[in-house]
Amino acid sequence: MSQIEEVSIEKFKHLVSARALTGETMLLNMGPQHPSTHGVLRLLLELDGEIVVNCIPDIGYLHTGIEKNMEAKTYQKAEVMTDRLDYMNTMGNNLAYVMAVEKLVDLDVPARAQGLRVILTELQRIASHLVWLGTSGLDLAAMSMFLYCFREREQILDIFELVSGQRMMTTYFRPGGVWRDVPVEFEKAVRDFIKIFPKRIDEYESLLTKNPLFIDRMVDIGHLSKEVALQYGVTGPSLRASGVNWDLRKARPYCGYEQYDFNVPTRTEGDTYARYLVRIDELRESLKIVEQALNKLPLGPVRSENRKFVPPPRSEIGVSMEALIHHFKLWTEGFPAPKASVYSAVESPRGELGLMLEGDGGPKPLRVHLRTPSFDNLGVLSQIVKGHLVADLVAILASIDIVLGDIDR
Amino acid sequence: MDKNLEPIVKNIQEKFGAALEEFREEAHLFLKPEQIVDALTLLRDESNFELLSALTATDYWPQTAPRFHVIYQLTSLEKNLSLQIRVPVNGDSPKVPTVTGIYASANWRERELLDMFGIEVEGHPDPRRILMPEDHEGHPLRKDYPLGYEEPQFSFNYDEIDLRKPYAKE
Amino acid sequence: MGVEQKLGNMGVVTTTLETMVNWSRTNAMWPMLFGLACCAIEMMSAQASSYDMSRFGMELMRASPRQSDLMIVAGRVSKKMGPVLRRLYDQMPEPKWVIAMGDCASCGGVFNNYAIYQGVDEVVPVDVYVAGCPPRPEALIHGVLTVHEKVKGEKFKDLAKS
Ligand code: SF4
Repeated sequence: MSQIEEVSIEKFKHLVSARALTGETMLLNMGPQHPSTHGVLRLLLELDGEIVVNCIPDIGYLHTGIEKNMEAKTYQKAEVMTDRLDYMNTMGNNLAYVMAVEKLVDLDVPARAQGLRVILTELQRIASHLVWLGTSGLDLAAMSMFLYCFREREQILDIFELVSGQRMMTTYFRPGGVWRDVPVEFEKAVRDFIKIFPKRIDEYESLLTKNPLFIDRMVDIGHLSKEVALQYGVTGPSLRASGVNWDLRKARPYCGYEQYDFNVPTRTEGDTYARYLVRIDELRESLKIVEQALNKLPLGPVRSENRKFVPPPRSEIGVSMEALIHHFKLWTEGFPAPKASVYSAVESPRGELGLMLEGDGGPKPLRVHLRTPSFDNLGVLSQIVKGHLVADLVAILASIDIVLGDIDR
Repeated sequence: MDKNLEPIVKNIQEKFGAALEEFREEAHLFLKPEQIVDALTLLRDESNFELLSALTATDYWPQTAPRFHVIYQLTSLEKNLSLQIRVPVNGDSPKVPTVTGIYASANWRERELLDMFGIEVEGHPDPRRILMPEDHEGHPLRKDYPLGYEEPQFSFNYDEIDLRKPYAKE
Repeated sequence: MGVEQKLGNMGVVTTTLETMVNWSRTNAMWPMLFGLACCAIEMMSAQASSYDMSRFGMELMRASPRQSDLMIVAGRVSKKMGPVLRRLYDQMPEPKWVIAMGDCASCGGVFNNYAIYQGVDEVVPVDVYVAGCPPRPEALIHGVLTVHEKVKGEKFKDLAKS
């Protein structure tokens, strides 16, 4: 095992101000093990007393080699890797991946599967925002938020367990549809959630939104202007809080998002508080989409009938020789994809989650690139913390909602 | 291809002599390394491509000329368009100029290019490794870099692997 | 006046020092607040409302290794993180225990590649492995109780030897 490298100022000379070299300002290491960096992020801070002069993020402590590992697997098997990428948004990652595969091999998806995809990704968005709300509450010393948010999150995880058998790493969406149809209890579970959740959002808001301590810590902290946000490639709620109305669900509807009536919450202030408000509003909008999608959910098959890419159901294998052959071929060899590349993007709770998939004519991808939103969102951190207190840094970091698995891949 | 994208692509093709490939409604333009800065500046300033969505590369090893394609995925929020620019570079001492002056988000993405593919980025303000440790050797996403597969331990080969597994000491 | 009168009718319990020490160690075992990846989210769930680890005296997660007894390695350990993890382990005071939570920490899980340690036991000595990707909070609690079992069986004479 290699040793921890000693940090010498020589290496960071071009990144810190001249005052650090004379010892006038102090260099401080924050992380990789720190309760408020939300994982294993390391920040090198240059401090003038309590004021942050420079902030240099150091990432890679969770580098998992997902891109390389996906290249070594067939298209079906590579999907399990995407779950573990941004672990707050597992359904969304699956969606991005299966959409890229479907685009690459030109596969169509039945309407019921599309509806289920929408319901589950929106529930996942709610779950992800709940974790964000809980942990950022924790960072600002609102312990009860954490307990409340996880209470509701458990309910969503129970729904996921119902449909896929797993709480987090669901791998429920498959190229050409979903794994299998939802059980009968599904509708009731979702309806129960729709019924109680609006009251719960009001409860969170009554604890935080008008709370003077909370407002003091959030308003006018970490201002991110529209221009800087675009320059740094920030997407998602952080971009919308800076006044840019850009949501892939509206701009380039996929999975039939165009049928549903929802708003894209935007703010113009661009500070930490605005980012908080945008996410709270998104909770309500997502719930609206879930309800509409559930009401409209059509009956019918949940998987494409294209046997070149989609394995036949169990019931067919016993009676049809052809189905058996397809099953065998698909699970041993996989399906070939054309020698071309596609880029497909979805709106994850953190922003544009893009997937560049390049096939080489065989059953394994030649290259998978994951354009993960947190990577760029973290890049802007060093710009927006300058001049704030160290305590505010924690609030700002919480407000841009990073997930380290998403950054390091 | 989107009909709003056509004039933009035509413009770039005429100015830089770029080749065009299309697949499933996506447009890929091929440029030379020395043209990329001018082309991206033009696209950002005149065609509203304000967002650099992704910057990455593909390795076509064992092919060597060109071995890599450096890929710039651009998005225009205002016109709701996407465009992909590909820059083929050769295998021996691959190099592209930096585009950090045009899109600030390229800074980290180019460091990733350096770290993962060993593609040198000329004029980069902060050329350090980003994901792997500083003392790591090799560039993991190159095709000639091994995946690093280790044999999994099952009940039939448990003892054999147990003997050579480097367990940590207290 | 003797000690009996002071105690009133509360009674006296006799036990060995060993049992007493081990009992007190199990019921106030402070884990380190330290999450690596996806498993950390399940670890948080285990702490939160539905599962509530404080039933086992574990509600207090310490952010500093110097105040904690139990390290729950929740997630995959990359090559860059390994040395850091080892240093954290070295900073914890004796006695200390380690739980490898999840498949990644136990054996590398689905990531059999260049970036991930194939089992955190290559970095720190592990007492209990919890399988699952991610393990359910119940599984983690079971792992914790298994550590408690182990602690309850510890003998002073073994400690003296090491
Ligand atoms: S075991 Fe599974 S859930 Fe846990 S860190 Fe590894 S991939 Fe994530």
